[in-house]
Amino acid sequence: MMQATRDFSHFVKDVGAGLQHIDLAVEGVNCAGCMSKIERGLSAFPDVTLARMNLTDRRVALEWRGQALDPSNFIDRLAELGYKAYPFRPADAETAEAAQSRFLLRCLGVAAFATMNVMMLSVPVWSGSVGDMLPEQRDFFHWLSALIALPAAAYAGQPFFRSAYRALRARSVNMDVPISVGVLLALGMSLVETANHAEHAYFDAAIMLLTFLLVGRYLDQSMRRKTRAVAGNLAALKSETATKFVGANEIAEVPVAAIDPGDVVLLRPGERCAVDGTVIDGRSEIDQSLITGETTYARAESGTAVYAGTLNISGTLRLRVSAASERTLLSEITRLLDNALQARSRYVRLADRASRLYAPLVHAAALLTVIGWVLAGAGWHDAIVTGIAVLIITCPCALGLAIPTVQTVASGAMFKAGILLNSGDAIERVAEVDYVIFDKTGTLTLPDLEVVNASEIPDPVLRLAGQLALASHHPAAAAVARAANAKAPLAGAVEEPGQGVRGAVGGVEVRLGRPSFCDAEPLAIARASGDPEASLVAFRLGDTRHLFCVHQALRPDARAMVSELAHRNIGMEILSGDREQVVRSAARALGVTQWRAGVKPQEKIARIEQLKRSGYKVMMVGDGLNDAPSLAAAHVSMSPISATHLSQATADLVFLGRSLAPVIGAIDFSRRALRLMQQNIWLAVGYNMLAVPLAVGGLVTPLIAAAAMSGSSLLVMLNALRGGRLPNGGTPWK
Amino acid sequence: MEVMIILVPLALGLGLVGLLAFLWSLKSGQFDDLEGAAWRAISDDEPSAG
Repeated sequence: MMQATRDFSHFVKDVGAGLQHIDLAVEGVNCAGCMSKIERGLSAFPDVTLARMNLTDRRVALEWRGQALDPSNFIDRLAELGYKAYPFRPADAETAEAAQSRFLLRCLGVAAFATMNVMMLSVPVWSGSVGDMLPEQRDFFHWLSALIALPAAAYAGQPFFRSAYRALRARSVNMDVPISVGVLLALGMSLVETANHAEHAYFDAAIMLLTFLLVGRYLDQSMRRKTRAVAGNLAALKSETATKFVGANEIAEVPVAAIDPGDVVLLRPGERCAVDGTVIDGRSEIDQSLITGETTYARAESGTAVYAGTLNISGTLRLRVSAASERTLLSEITRLLDNALQARSRYVRLADRASRLYAPLVHAAALLTVIGWVLAGAGWHDAIVTGIAVLIITCPCALGLAIPTVQTVASGAMFKAGILLNSGDAIERVAEVDYVIFDKTGTLTLPDLEVVNASEIPDPVLRLAGQLALASHHPAAAAVARAANAKAPLAGAVEEPGQGVRGAVGGVEVRLGRPSFCDAEPLAIARASGDPEASLVAFRLGDTRHLFCVHQALRPDARAMVSELAHRNIGMEILSGDREQVVRSAARALGVTQWRAGVKPQEKIARIEQLKRSGYKVMMVGDGLNDAPSLAAAHVSMSPISATHLSQATADLVFLGRSLAPVIGAIDFSRRALRLMQQNIWLAVGYNMLAVPLAVGGLVTPLIAAAAMSGSSLLVMLNALRGGRLPNGGTPWK
Repeated sequence: MEVMIILVPLALGLGLVGLLAFLWSLKSGQFDDLEGAAWRAISDDEPSAG
């Protein structure tokens, strides 16, 4: 067998001055002890100049001098220390998000500095205006406030001004439009008032508004960033490498990103293919369940198209990597996906829906106030000042915090429950779900095969079979090894391709493999009539024979989840690309009455459209490449972390682990969060409305404006904190 | 009231120093790993860098 060398040069960055840099994602780091152990272990290499562990992202940054060190040394050292590490290259989206997050924090720092200093100047004015402050001193303080607030607002307001400008150019309104209008008018008016030696200036209100809003934005952003970092690490830990031919008989293990169309890669039994290609040499059986949902193995020989995600079962294959245009199945999926993404009705977020109602309302109220005062005989100047005071008092400060704070708290709680959010508005959409469609293979069932009758087999036999199974690459053998919890392979075991493995224990021959390989056919026929869907693995020890039934088992809590969904009055259906027989028995085991088998991607979409037309809000839960278009077509979608790349990228939420509890958890947390968001909007609007009559009456002082703003902001933040717990006071459903 | 001529610039200057310190700490990556920083403070044998 050829030995592959590992080539990580793709991940190494030259950072100048003869220094090389690499980022490694590390599994299993959770305390200070791990951190210093890793840093010390890596710093011990002579040429290493930097080894810094980041506990938030679970990544270690390494820099070293010269070409002598190979990155695989670091990975081996970490393995010696007991940590699994993979080279990592941050996705462009993640880098952009990190930059955005720093920018928001800088804006927040500037705004907070300005607020504190302006407040320091405002408090004497407020208390002085009733006491003995001279008008010249007041003017001086106002000018100083302007000097601080104007540049600070120009810098810290950028996120809002830009977003408002984008919205206006697209001829729409978002929450940032009334915010920007309010801030700019408040600052402009205060400047004019200060120049006219007037009593009231609102620099403090304007800059405080920006500070509060930036807190909300930053919290929202940092939660999203953390989720994305974890998702990025998981992708790296899945070890997307392929074995590439670098010479006629020389192979190297390289990251998928470094493979080009036309390259030839080797696919050994038991390996999952990481690229799309065509078989040019070899024969095997392949498992395409992650692509089509079909669990029966397909034959692969010269000319067969193989897609990323395919599991190779029995023989070694050589593949020529294909370019995008050659992918027949994939191009069909891509076409469907594009259509579905376009057709996805542009969901209008709650915040934007609220501001579409709110913005015209408050602007109209301000205008009416101006007109009213002019008609009542007041001067234009006084009327306009009163109108702007109405805008300041109604400026959606708390409204801008109402949704991001709830979102941050809820997504943090969901993160702990093993649910990662891909899109910001997913919480609102999940909350509305009243119908769930499940894919079967890999979603309702576990991604790996499992032995279902391990308890029927005597312990010593199971242990021996497990040791023998470790010598094979076949996925069914891997299931036997897992069931036996085997650690070390049986010494001297030999694999016979397509048949099984054999070895010897104390002079007695042992065999594990096809029933025919172990002379267990009569036993297998008897067993198969009772359980037609199971794959059978036979084990022979001398003259005794045993059969292992290997199944794609249902996730452990699938049945409980079905009844929980029913309890919440949520409809459910299974749409699978697999055979009817298998889907029927899964549906029966789960107690699901609505199911269809052998469904093609376009038929899944058609069913979702049909449900949508009857008014259902459909959630699609699926993992396969064939599910990607329907994930995009549904109102909201979810994928297990074992799903294909395309499906994970399309899904709104990704969940971790073997359990299906996250499906219920996502629905519960989201419903709770949506209720809190609505409450918060009413709280914010209601609180401001109390102050509106004062503003219309021309009685609002800067003190009242500041108090109203900070009071309502605190109120919605406190209310948002309730989103981390579920209403029944219990833990998330397990 | 002449005291304001000293006090106001002093207050603003101190505030500005605080802001600059914050911006510097942000730039030097001290906010990149808040979780790790919390642990580093209590770990008693800090690994020597390099």
